[in-house]
Order: sequence, then C-alpha cells, then structure tokens
Amino acid sequence: MTFLIQQTLKYAIPLMIVALAGVFAERSGIINLALEGIMIFGAFCGVLFVNTMQDTEWVYAAYREDKFGTLQLVVVMAMIVAAILGAILSLLLSFASINLRANQTIGGTAINLLSPAIVLFLIRILEGQNTLFLAKGDAAEWFMINKTMFGYGPKESMGFLGDTFVHKTYITNYICIILFVLLSIILYKTKFGIRVRSCGENPHAADSLGINVKKMRYAGTTISGALAGMGGFVYALTTANCSSNGDVAGFGFLALAVMIFGNWKPGPIVGASILFGFFKCLAAGYSSIDINGDGIFLLKELGLSPHLYRMLPYIVTLIVLAFTSKNSRAPKAEGIPYDKGQR
Amino acid sequence: MSRKNNEPRLLEGNGFQSVLSSVVSIIIGLLFGMLLIFIVGALDKNMSMKTVWEGMRLVIGGLFSTGRGASGELAWGFNSINFGNMLFRATPLIMTGLSVAFAYKTGLFNIGAPGQYLMGAMTSLMIALGIPSDKVHPVIIWILAFLGAMIAGAIWGAIPGIFKALLNTNEVIACIMTNWIAANVVTWLFDISKFKNVTESTKSGYIYKTTFNNVATTKLGLDKLFPGSQINGGIIIAILIAIGIYILMSKTTFGYELRACGANKDAAKYAGLKDKRDIVLSMAIAGALSAAGAALYYLSGNTELFWSTYQSLPAIGFNGIPVAMLALTNPIGVIFSALFMSMLNIIGLQITSLTAYNEYITDVIIAVIVYLSAFSLLIKQFIARRMSRKKKEGAK
Repeated sequence: MTFLIQQTLKYAIPLMIVALAGVFAERSGIINLALEGIMIFGAFCGVLFVNTMQDTEWVYAAYREDKFGTLQLVVVMAMIVAAILGAILSLLLSFASINLRANQTIGGTAINLLSPAIVLFLIRILEGQNTLFLAKGDAAEWFMINKTMFGYGPKESMGFLGDTFVHKTYITNYICIILFVLLSIILYKTKFGIRVRSCGENPHAADSLGINVKKMRYAGTTISGALAGMGGFVYALTTANCSSNGDVAGFGFLALAVMIFGNWKPGPIVGASILFGFFKCLAAGYSSIDINGDGIFLLKELGLSPHLYRMLPYIVTLIVLAFTSKNSRAPKAEGIPYDKGQR
Repeated sequence: MSRKNNEPRLLEGNGFQSVLSSVVSIIIGLLFGMLLIFIVGALDKNMSMKTVWEGMRLVIGGLFSTGRGASGELAWGFNSINFGNMLFRATPLIMTGLSVAFAYKTGLFNIGAPGQYLMGAMTSLMIALGIPSDKVHPVIIWILAFLGAMIAGAIWGAIPGIFKALLNTNEVIACIMTNWIAANVVTWLFDISKFKNVTESTKSGYIYKTTFNNVATTKLGLDKLFPGSQINGGIIIAILIAIGIYILMSKTTFGYELRACGANKDAAKYAGLKDKRDIVLSMAIAGALSAAGAALYYLSGNTELFWSTYQSLPAIGFNGIPVAMLALTNPIGVIFSALFMSMLNIIGLQITSLTAYNEYITDVIIAVIVYLSAFSLLIKQFIARRMSRKKKEGAK
C-alpha cells in the first residue's frame, strides 16, 4: 500500500502542477499547447543547475557531512531556476499570441519543437551523448528524504503515515502541493485571480471595466510557464533520476488531458491526476504491487501482458474524456486573440 | 475597418506573397541557426573559429558538401547520395505534411500523425512480410501492403474524429492519447509476431527489411540518377498524391464542403452540410495519408523499423506539422516544404559528421521557422503594405 501511494504520487504531483499551469494560461484566454516543451526545458535547466552545483565545494561538503538541509536547499533552488527559465520560454508564446495575435496552437507547437531541439543540441555539446546525468551519484542518494534524517534507525518504522509520506519522498512533492493550494486560492479568491479569469471568459467586458487584458494574459501565461518549467524539473528529479534527455514522455500533453478532464478547475484536477498517476504507477510496477500486504502479487499472477498495463493510462483517459467532454466547459474566449475593435 | 475589407482579397490570389512570407521565415530561421552556432562556438573553449565558420557554411550549403578534401578543408560539389537521400527522406514527410494540412483545412489540428504513421508502418510491414512471395507476386504484395496501411491509418485517424464529432472531445487530446495507444499496440503486436529480426544478431530490436520477402518499392531508374542513395519511386507516388489532394481540396464539391466546414462549422451546418460526417471523414483521410507515408518509407526495402517503440513516437509524424505550417497548408506547397525539411535533415547529418556540432541544430532552425509561420499572416500583410507603398511612390 505504501509503495502504491508513493508511486502514484510520483506521477500525480508533476501532472497536477503542470495541469494547473494549463489552467492559468487557458483561464486567461491563451491555449498553452507548449506545456510539454516548457517542461522539457525546465527539466534540462533544473538538472543542469543541480549538476553544476554538485561540483561546487559548498554542496559537495554538505553531501559528505550529511547536511541534508543544504541539499534540500539545492533542490528548491533548482525548482526556482527551472520556474524562471520556463517563464522566460513561455514569453515566446505570450509575445506571439498576445502582441502579434498569432495562431496559438502553432505558437505552442513551435515551442514544443524548439525546446527538445535546443536541449538536445546543448546536451550533446556538453556531454557528448544524448542524456545529461547527475555529476555524481544518483538522485535518491543525494536528495531523497530518509527516515534516518529524523533520528530513526534503519530498521525502525515511522508508522504508516511517516513511512508513506516522509520516508523516501522528495521535498518537491510538498512544495508542489503547497503551491497548488496557494495558487488555486489566488485564482478563485483574489481580485487578481478573478481578473485573470474574466479575460478568458469575456475580454471585452473585462476591458470595459478597466482591466488590462494584455497584462492579465501575460500574467496567466507567465505563471503557466513557471509552473510548467518547475513541473518539468520535478518530473525529472522524481521519475527520471534527475536526468534530462529532451523528453518528458508526453507528460505535458497528459497534463493538458488532465486539465480538460478536470474541467479547468483545481479540485477535479487533483482527482484526475491521482487517477492518472495510479494507472501510470500500475504500468510501471504492476508486478511488484502487493495490494493488501499478504505477500501475493495479484496483478502479476493475473498474467496480463505488460503492454496492456502501459496502454491503460491512455485508454482510461480517452474513455473518461469521452464521458466528460459533453459537459466540459472550456473558458469561452480561449484561443481567440483579443481584438479591441471586435464585438 | 478598412483592414477587414482588405482581408479576403489578401487571402485570395496571394500565392506570391505566401511564398515570399515562407521564404522570409526560412531566411530568418537559417540566420538564427547560424547565430546559435556562432554563440555556442564562441562560448565553448574546445571549438575554434574555424569550426564555427565551417558550421555556419554547412547550415546553408550542407547539401552540396562532399566531405573533406585531402587537405582537410571542406569540399563542395554535387553529391548524388545527399540529393537522392533528400528525395527519399522527403517522401514520408510529404505524406505526413499532407495529412496535417488536410485536417487543418477542415479546422482540425491533426497531432495524431505519429500514431497513424505507426499503424501504417505496422500494417504495411506485417502484410509485406506475412504473405509469402513465392506464392504471390511481390508487386501485388506491395500494393496490398500499401492499401492495407492506408486502411489501418484511416481507421486510426477516424477514432479521434468520431470522438470529436459525437462526443465533443478535444481532438488534440484524443489524438495524443491515440498516439501513445498506437505506440503500445505496435510494440505489443510486433513483440508477439514472427517478424522480429533474429537472424542478424547485430540488429536487436528491429523488424526484418521487406527485402527478406523480396518486396521493395520499384526504383524507376532513379537510382541510376542518384547512385549510392536510397531513392526509389516512392517520391513520385507522394508527389502524385499531393497533386491529387490539391485537386480534391480546391476543385471538387467534396473538398469545398470540407473547407466550408473548417471555415465555419455552424454556417456549414446551417447550409445543410453534414458537419459530423465531414469531421470523421477528414480525419480518416488524414490518417490514411500519414499511414501511406509510413508504407512508402518502410516498403522501400532498405529501411528497418525499431519495434519497441512504446516510449517514443516517430519524429516523421510530428514533423508533418512544421511541413504543413511552412507550406501554409497548401498541398502543392507541402511538396516543397517537405523537400526543404529533408534537406535540413541531410545538412544535420553533414554537420554531425564533419564538425563538433550536431544534427539538432537543424531541428532548432525548423522550430524557429514554425514559430515565424504562426504569424505568417502578419508577415504577409507587412509585405503587402510595403508593396502598395512602393507602387504609390512609383506613381508619384
């Protein structure tokens, strides 16, 4: 059970935060198809940052002396770096779609093409191969939170909650959850959030009330870019052992699906990402999941093909989308360039 | 308001301006690529200015590179292998480009081309390798494999179309899901098939070439024209299909209906057109086109499919998007933009083998070009304004 929950969260958390990234852009009226590309870029920047920091004396000393606070700080700094650079990349989309009123789908696709190309171009020059790994050791050894850090012995149990939510987790999980809650509150309960949303629903009405539509759309997409960049790094850290190879296995697009499935609302998005994360986790580790802890690996004994498990997340998403799309309500003005003269 | 009145005229009969705006995008993209080469070269201590200069020259003229001469300097000239391979690689790109362009005219964004391409690759290979060539003539097998791939692609493309038409599912998301499902289906079916190449131990993870069953696309003598390259008659077929699609789109009632549906769904519905049927049909045709591209590529006899593809989608499928965008979704334009893209591809290989840079530089150039094509209308308006101003000045 612990394994199941931890693995599900591993996939669900990046999905959740990147889906929220999609919400911020679309609620402001811009379709952000570039989530995938921005994630790839964020993953690369974050991993490169960690890789460089590992070589500094400050961080390496902290690693040798087990100062886990310093190491966690490095992770947080990498998240910030990924977020800032993700936001900068997203400006390409904002500029094209807000200032030049270009086709947003094509703009997003361009970023999706650009970012893996640049990332792979640089990785190949830096490393002479197609993947950027950590400079030393692996992510779990360096950055994973461990029960020994809290004075527990290697054989002692932290109790169910401790074992599941503290032992063998990453700090990124909790930062993402806190951010998710904070940003959801901002989107729904503050003046700023309501202004952003109004630009995605009826920009002309918003404009007539003195709201700067361009500014709000820039804000929405930039927040979106920052979250997607950060989500990319979180994905790389927790599921790819802090490596970057110009690919996030379609997670950005999956996040878009989660966003649509979650009806552009934070609450349902949490549910959708957990559902999706669960199926992803089944695909990755179905043979080692012991659901009720009796030592019998039920799923393995069913003898179904691993290919089927790998396909399940996508089939489930498609089916769920089929059932929910009729009632789904996208922001009314999304994808339409704002033109003052139009009514 | 005056801009609005001008727009229809601008959109019609604007072939010249369209080409010009694409050329502007291409030039800016190439310049950006050269700039990136320069910046990276300047920052990297291991690269000399000579490397940078070579890289920049290859970005423009890599197609005419013949490697390095005896003195170690870059040598230039007609390179039949480069040219032939460019035509060969353009073949599937024309088809995926047509696929994206076709759906786009109907108002649909077909990002599902990679999945349709994979289904086409699988079906064509299974038919080409599954029917024994000592019982059936190889040409008949080839035709069956080609048609089979198109049917498989049509079915796969129709799925997101049906979801969109009947259930209002966003076609982009549905396409992405069907892409990954296709990647897994292909891996699964090949995994349990007897087509995995086990005789050549160096080729682990690949499917047999179709020549194992004596099936291969006819060369039509083109290999004499470009000796040493992979070229075959597929490029002719692709160009003919592109012309066929152009005629279908612009000269038939059916094509007009599809375009009307894409331009304004509600108006089309009001005029009595079956918008739901059109969406499904358009996606099915788009799917068939992508799959046909895969068939032309893998039936050539000198290509191999890496079958365990569940973690990645074929780039040729995605590259249909930039091909279509650069061509401004004109089927004839697709031929030229696909040739341009495959030229960049060849240039990338030259850069990788001759300099310290790598082939991803050309992907960056493609991305920049696509980004610029997002506001091609803007560039076109800019050009039109310049041209009319010049005319006025000339009148004075």
